[in-house]
Formats: sequence, C-alpha cells, structure tokens
Amino acid sequence: MDKRNLKLVPGRNPGESPDPVPGTDSAAVSSASLAMPGTSRAAAILPLELVDVGLVSGDAALLKEINLAFGGDRTSVILGPNGAGKTLLLRICHGLLSPTTGKVRWRDPDLAMHPAAQGMVFQKPVVLRRSVEDNIRFALKACRVERALHAGCLAHALEASGLGPLAGRRAMHLSGGERQRLSLARCLAVQHRVLFLDEPTAHLDPAATRRVEEMIALIHEDGTRVIMVTHDIGQARRLADEIVFMHRGEVLESGPATDFFARPGTAEAAAYLRGDLIW
Amino acid sequence: MRMVAEADEDLVEIVLLSLEVSLSAVAIAAVIGMPLGAWLTMYRFPGRRVVIALLNSFMGMPPVVLGLVVYLLLSRAGPLGQYGLLFTPQAMVFAQTLLVLPIIAALTRQTLDDLHRDYDEQFRSYRIGPLPGTFILIREGRYSLATALLAGFGRASAEVGAVMIVGGNINHVTRVMTTTIAMETSKGDFSLALGLGIVLLTIVISINALVLLLQSREKLA
Amino acid sequence: MKRPCAGICRVAAVIFLLAAGAWTSAQERFITVASTTSTENSGLFDVLLPRFREQTGIGVRVVAVGTGKAIRMASSGDADVLLVHHRPSEEKFVAEGHGVERLDVMYNDFVIVGPDADPADVAGRGVSAALGNIAAAGAVFASRGDESGTHRKERALWKAAGVEPAGAWYRETGSGMGATLNVASGIGGYALTDRATWLKFANKGDLEILVEGDAVLFNQYGVILVSPERHAHVKAADGQAFIDWLTSDPGQEAIDAYRLEGRQAFFANAARR
Repeated sequence: MDKRNLKLVPGRNPGESPDPVPGTDSAAVSSASLAMPGTSRAAAILPLELVDVGLVSGDAALLKEINLAFGGDRTSVILGPNGAGKTLLLRICHGLLSPTTGKVRWRDPDLAMHPAAQGMVFQKPVVLRRSVEDNIRFALKACRVERALHAGCLAHALEASGLGPLAGRRAMHLSGGERQRLSLARCLAVQHRVLFLDEPTAHLDPAATRRVEEMIALIHEDGTRVIMVTHDIGQARRLADEIVFMHRGEVLESGPATDFFARPGTAEAAAYLRGDLIW
Repeated sequence: MRMVAEADEDLVEIVLLSLEVSLSAVAIAAVIGMPLGAWLTMYRFPGRRVVIALLNSFMGMPPVVLGLVVYLLLSRAGPLGQYGLLFTPQAMVFAQTLLVLPIIAALTRQTLDDLHRDYDEQFRSYRIGPLPGTFILIREGRYSLATALLAGFGRASAEVGAVMIVGGNINHVTRVMTTTIAMETSKGDFSLALGLGIVLLTIVISINALVLLLQSREKLA
Repeated sequence: MKRPCAGICRVAAVIFLLAAGAWTSAQERFITVASTTSTENSGLFDVLLPRFREQTGIGVRVVAVGTGKAIRMASSGDADVLLVHHRPSEEKFVAEGHGVERLDVMYNDFVIVGPDADPADVAGRGVSAALGNIAAAGAVFASRGDESGTHRKERALWKAAGVEPAGAWYRETGSGMGATLNVASGIGGYALTDRATWLKFANKGDLEILVEGDAVLFNQYGVILVSPERHAHVKAADGQAFIDWLTSDPGQEAIDAYRLEGRQAFFANAARR
C-alpha cells in the first residue's frame, strides 16, 4: 500500500493547499487518536445549519421546526424511536429530500455539493454488480477523485476495511455484513468531508455490527465528520460524542453524549433510555 | 429431417431472410424501445402509468391484428401507401418492429425500474444525474436487457400472422420460415413444413438456452 | 473504466450491418401480381417466372390469396397485374374501371374429390347429380368458404343442382384450397378442387377423384392489367410486358409444356393476336 499517496488527496480539499493531512499520514491508520482538532477536512464546509426545517406530507407534519447546527469534528448520533423522523432529517441534510419549509445551510454550499464532499451509507447496503474492488473504483470515479490517486485510495480502503482478501469477489456474493463494510470502504476510499449513515447496522448480527462500528470509528479518525442515525442505544453510547434526540418529528434534546446519557433532559428521553414505551 | 440435412438453396434463403427480418426488427425496436423504457423509468410525468399499462397490454398484441393494421397503413389506399412498401421485407420488418417494441420497452422499463429502486438514492448521493445514472443502470442490468432483446427476437421469429399479411409470402422476396410452414401445410406437404418447424424450434430452443446462460451469468455478476 | 454502453453499441452496430445486407436484393425491377393460391401452389409460376425474367429482366412477385382478396388487393392498387379464375368478378373489376382489359390465358378444370369408399355414391355421375347425392346423404363436404374463385364456382354448382348447402355436413373452412383439402382428407369428406392443386397435393390420404370431365367444371383463368389511370404508381409498361408474354406464343407454349406429376396441368387458350 502506497501510503504517501494518501497524503495527496486534494479531491477532499479542492481549493486548499495540498498540504499533507496529518490524520492520514501515519501507517497506523487503524490506531486511535489520529483525529486532530482543527485539521478536520470537514471544516471547510461546516457548520451545517438547519433553520426552521419542516416537512409536511399530506396532512401529516413529519418534521416540525427543526433548528440544529453540526460543526466541529465530533461524531453526532441522531437517536430516537421508530417514526421519529430521524431518517427524513438525515436525507434532508444530505440533499436527497427538500424540506417543505426552512433552510439547509452549508458554510460553503458549492463545495458541499461536490460528490466527494458528503457521502451517505444506507440501511440496506447498495452495491453494484461488479467486484468489490470495482465497486470502490466506481465510488472514486463517481466522486471525481483524481485518477492518479485511485490506486492509493483503493489500497487504503481495502486494507482498512479488511476486505483485501475479498477484493476480487463479486459484490453480489458478499454477506450482508460484508456488503455494508464495502459501502463503508467506498467512503474510506473517497474520504468524504462529512458522512451520513442511516442505521447502517439495522440488518446485521452482533459480530458484523461490531466490525461496522469499528469502521465508522476509523472513518471518524480518518478526519471525516460522522453524522449517523440509530435507534440502538448501545451503539449510540459506543460511537456518539453528541446526541440529537428526536421524537415525533421534533428535536427534543441535543448536546454532549455524556450529559445526555447521564441526565436526560426530557421525560421522553429518559423513558427511551430506560427501554420503556414512549408516547 | 432429410430436407433439413440437405438444406437446399431455397431453404437457406428462407432461413436467412427470416433471421434478417427478425434481427432488423429487434435492432430497430431496441434502438427505440430501450430509450423509451429508460425514459419511463427516470422521468415521472402525468399519464406515465397509463403509458406503462398500454405498453404492458401491447406486449400481448395478436400478430394478425397488428398485421392487418400495418397492411391498411401500407396499402396504396392507406396513409403510407405512396412509399409502396406493402409486400416487401421492409413491411415485414415494420410490422415485427411494432410487434416487439412494446416487449422490449416494457421489459427494459421493468428491469431498470427494479434497479432504479435499489440505486436511486445512492446515485443521488453521488450527485449522478438521470442520464449518466441511466447508463450505469443499463450496465448493471445488461443481462436482463439482453434477455429482453432475446424475448423480442423469439416473438418476432416465431410469429406468422403479421408477416403473412404484410409480406404476402412472395417466393424469394418475402417468404420466411413461418409463412412457408403455413403454405406447405396448406399444400399438404408436411415434410418441408416439419423440417422448417425443426429449424424454427432449434432457434427458439437456442434462444432459451441463451436466456438461461445469461441468467446464470447474472447470478455470478 | 470503459464506457458502460460500449458493448451494447457494438452489438447494435453488428446487427445493423447484418440487416443492411437484406435490402440490397430488394432494389431490382419487378412487378407485383395478385393471384390465387391454386396457381401458386401448382408450381406453374416457378417455371414461368424465371423464363419471363430471363427474357425481359423483369422480376415478378406473386402474392397468392383467394380470388376475392386478390381482386380487393388490386382494387386498392396494391398489385400491378391480376391473374385469377372467376370470369364474372374479373369483368366486374374491369367494368368498374380498376382494370384495363381482361384476357384469357389458360384453363384447367375442377374435380370433385372424396373418400374412396364414396358413401354418397357420386363416382362417375354428373356434377348436379353428385352434389344432390351428397346433400341427400348428408355426407361431409368441405367448402373453401373464402370468396375465392373456387368457392364462387362451388356455390354456382350447388345452385345449378338446386340444393342450398347448409347443415352440419357442410363445413366451411374459410381457408385456402390446400388447407380445405387437408380438412377433407382428415374427416373423410368431399371437396371441390382445381385439378392442379389436387395433383400437387401431398396429403391425399384415401381421397380420390370421383367426378371429372363435366363441361360445367371448366376453369378459365384471366389476366388483367390494373388501371394506371386509377392508380398512378402501377407499373403499366412492365405489367403489360408480362401480360403480352403470357398470351404470346413463348408464354403459351411454356404453359402447355408444364407437367405436374407427369400430367399437363394447364391448357393455354389465349386469343391469337
């Protein structure tokens, strides 16, 4: 694996100086503490601000007056019961859905719309009918990563995801867990500034869930701002720096994860954490 | 059987003409039908569901009815009469094109629709536009799309109603396998009819074998 | 990565090239003749047309349908020449201005065929007596039922015999001569057929000729050029050349010389000019 290539991935920071990104310099990509505050490549497009975002379908108000800001380089988890509107909110952030009211604002909207700037991983992994390796190459091409960097990015993604031995395998022949890892490996290759994940482990067994969580942590360490949706409280505890708690289309709480888990500020959040049915 | 083995010149001519007519029809129908199917997948517009329902119904269009319509169109007394196309191979290609166009368009739409459902959000996440996205879907669905073309070819090469009416079964000009079989049967000469029937059956079986092969390839992809 | 549609484009190109080969042969000089299944099925055209083409360079494309449909085809201008065998219809066609002139070309004759057991006892009788017996015995009779020359002839013969053919025994096939003979052969029925089709028919089974030689069984073929005044695109010169050749000595001799199963099938009788 040619790690020096990894230093020179200006596709992630076009318009900025192609200085080495310290977070990707080390051989120990998988080791912790690589994320260096202030050097996150997400800084150029963040904060992402949602202003009075609402979504209405027919008579139903699916999202109500949501005001949120995502900045910094910490991992945010949007938590809440089914039907809270978490997935819709994530899609609005990523631009797959337009809100009926309100605004979605990026610090640098043009840069944010570049395909390499933000990526998304879906609940049901989406893979193309070609080999693992070609799936990753496809992502690099689709995200317009400079061609000279493809080989290095590919090698990095294969190694970091542990999919190296399966590089030539047809993606359609992978297990569900392997497919989801492939989805994440594509993101590792492209090194998005911001990555949205929509319940990426919802269909996976505990072992596969764990490996996917490891990869999410890795992507974060790699310098990507992670915003993910889950209803799995344990997963939120393991991954979250910040929690956004949603219920019935509204954001009830948002703040540091430790505070949230120690002292939930609303009765709904407390009930949800206890595992009670909430109303 | 002996007739097939001996394969005299006339027989070869008939088989070749059949293949040329049906292949041309499938090629033209593919050029029109596949973009049509893709367009129906990628763009939503009022009346889209009606168009899809119509396409699906036209898949079962009886060849004789279509033959009659094309006959009336191409007849000297008809709206396209001035081109003098009736009783020519072009007329047969025209009729068969109309026959297989709905099949190819509908199967293309179905294939791409299924893929579109899987890939739409991912492509939009990559900011891939509808047109480039369509090309990627076509590549993803290439085996199913090839199967659609084969289905069209099978239908075209096996039909007799339309080519008999618009081609006229003219010796050396518009006589194809199916019309020859019909004619030879009416002459009570079953051996040639049976011989050609075997050729036709072989073609149809080969097509189905190819479809099976494509399907197993798709599973491997 | 290669272009995703490259493979499809290549396949399409190959198919188009293949297809292009098909039309080169379609550019020759030719006329279209609307004729009957009986003449086409007899194989006579296979002998006449190459000879005519050799002498004039004009190809002849024969569309073989029933006389009724052939006349309708010619009326709408979809043929250059009409060659059929039902004189009243032909004269009406000319009188209505669709055709230029009707000329005799040749004749053969009709025969009544039936199972060799002959349940209605018609063998050797006159036509009227034979048809009367068939109706009286309720023996199955397969009729063309398709407004062809043969069908019109058959109806005229029933009328002359004073019988209205109807009932379960009278089966109208609505199809060509051969298909009708197939039905007769399949169910052991009687049928009226022209001799040429009968000679060439390969699925005779236990059918054989039971009635022949009656003067009313005479079957005259006529040829007509479709009116170029009515239909401007009619290839009048080439069509006339075909008619002239058919009614000239070389054409007439070729008709007389044609043998089907060792027998003369058509008798040339064009007026000498």
